[in-house]
Amino acid sequence: MIEGAKWKRWVFFYIPLSAFIFSLLFPFYWMAVTTVRPDSELYRPWMAPNYAPFWTSHPTWEHVTSLLEETLFSTWMWNTMFIAIIATLISLFCGLLAGYALSRLKFRFAGSLGTGIFVTYLVPQTLLFIPLADIIRNFHLGDTPWALILTYPTFLIPFCTWLLMGYFKAIPRELEECARIDGASRFKAMVYIIFPIAVPGILSAGIFAFTLSWNEFIYALVFLSSPDEKTVPVGVTSELIRGDVFYWGELMAGALLGSIPVAFVYSFFVEHYVAGLTGSVKG
Amino acid sequence: MAPVVIRHLNKTFDEVHAVNDVNLSIRDKEFVVLVGPSGCGKTTTLRMVAGLESVTSGDILIGEKLVNNLPPMDRDIAMVFQNYALYPHMSVYDNMAFGLKMRKFDRPEIAKRVQEAAAILGIEGLLQRKPRQLSGGQRQRVALGRAIVRHPQVFLFDEPLSNLDAKLRVQMRVEIKKLHDRLGTTAIYVTHDQVEAMTLGDRVVVMKDGFVQQVGEPLDLYNQPANRFVAGFIGSPAMNFATVNVSEANGALWAANEGMRIKVPAQIAGRVGRYVGQTSILGIRPEDLRIASSADPADLSFDAVVEVVEPLGSEILLDMAVGPAMMVAAVEPTVRAKVRDRLRLAVNPERLHFFDSTTEAAI
Repeated sequence: MIEGAKWKRWVFFYIPLSAFIFSLLFPFYWMAVTTVRPDSELYRPWMAPNYAPFWTSHPTWEHVTSLLEETLFSTWMWNTMFIAIIATLISLFCGLLAGYALSRLKFRFAGSLGTGIFVTYLVPQTLLFIPLADIIRNFHLGDTPWALILTYPTFLIPFCTWLLMGYFKAIPRELEECARIDGASRFKAMVYIIFPIAVPGILSAGIFAFTLSWNEFIYALVFLSSPDEKTVPVGVTSELIRGDVFYWGELMAGALLGSIPVAFVYSFFVEHYVAGLTGSVKG
Repeated sequence: MAPVVIRHLNKTFDEVHAVNDVNLSIRDKEFVVLVGPSGCGKTTTLRMVAGLESVTSGDILIGEKLVNNLPPMDRDIAMVFQNYALYPHMSVYDNMAFGLKMRKFDRPEIAKRVQEAAAILGIEGLLQRKPRQLSGGQRQRVALGRAIVRHPQVFLFDEPLSNLDAKLRVQMRVEIKKLHDRLGTTAIYVTHDQVEAMTLGDRVVVMKDGFVQQVGEPLDLYNQPANRFVAGFIGSPAMNFATVNVSEANGALWAANEGMRIKVPAQIAGRVGRYVGQTSILGIRPEDLRIASSADPADLSFDAVVEVVEPLGSEILLDMAVGPAMMVAAVEPTVRAKVRDRLRLAVNPERLHFFDSTTEAAI
């Protein structure tokens, strides 16, 4: 807390904080209000006398119902969910084992291997999708969820590995040594001692991986083409923008509904998540 | 319960030779303390016995069985760590039961053993708590409990009391001693604290720079240190050292420097004799110095100027200048000495130590 005069608290704390919160929440407000505004209000010219962009006096669910009934939105939601969950599970599994090995086992090239994995994370997706598209085509995976489930780990595994490596390093080595003296093999010590203690780190890695795959756009755009295979970000933008016609109500309804699962996941695990990022292991 | 034998044990980390040809034979039920300054290889030795470090060369036998290549779980040992290493996500009960669960003991047996150990350590009331809800002393007890439930062949202690405050450390020290008397399990205990080493150990192993300096019973180390390092390390306050010239005059040997001239007692003159005309190191423990009375012979006393007075209650430590050197004397609490007082100190002739000035070995 800032000490001293009242004005200091306002200038350095309340005002910046409010500005920050406002700029963070405004897009969500805009999404919500656009979703429930009838078309007649949405497409009213800005110089019209009753123009009111921030408010509506005739809220309506018509955009939501048309999104759910006239488009494949629920299919996209299901696709996105399926792909995000499977990709996250695969990445977490690999990330856990790789992170543990790189942080705890002594073997040749352990250090350079860790750096190498990190470097792969730095290769931009906008470059990587070209060779990946070739691989997807050769394996005949195009236009199936597996095209994404198998390519998302290319950036999720390095990410999870690095986050978990840092977390494992913060766990005192003695805990594991003690478990091994107590009669656990290295694998059992990992499963019974290290993983339970690393739960906050594992949850953060999982949440991040889930969000990254949920929001991913380029691979989904390139590897999927049939409307009923698409994910939410691609489906909404490709099916609700036809030529130069923007279906703003449906677009915003799709964006709003599409962000609910992520928001839900975050709010549910927020405490673990913060503990995971600050890396606190309490003895 | 088993003897532990260490033969020609070596450990190198890249360039560093951390443990150098250590030989040690620990009898069944013996309590052996490894002591030395940090980096002396004592913890590495212990970790090799535990199986947490690989052995570069040499043999480790527990109960006459070569364990060099056995994983820690198969060595039938228990270890207590400096930071306790309690599993933070488990209750005290589960912490203590973990080793038994891993070894597939059945539930009633686990419950019985945990209760037994908890009773011995007086932590029955804490079994459902999590480690973070415990004080330092309680955590230490849980760590001990976790070691004793398994009835292992050997206990290994890695500076278990270093994280406790001074008062609690003394208390836990006594408890560890009692525990060992009661269970009789062979124990290897690592510490940098010579008081812990002296009070706990049946035998004490003093190490420095990866080498064993001396192995012996606590009082042997105190009375007959093998070299200058052991002499300075064992005993508090530390032994005073002064470089002296050895000479022969009037049919006796004399050890002298700018501040003192002492007659070498006849019983050790034979050993010191070959240093005539050379320098040697004279060691005198603070407790072997006292204020000289008129009865003390002049050739066993010297003048000193008080620089610091440290009253401890049971005794007074006087930091004094003897010529160019500094010496500490532990004197009776009744002595009224002030800073800059010039006093005459008498030495106990039977308790003089001489060391070679190059090899530092005891003469």
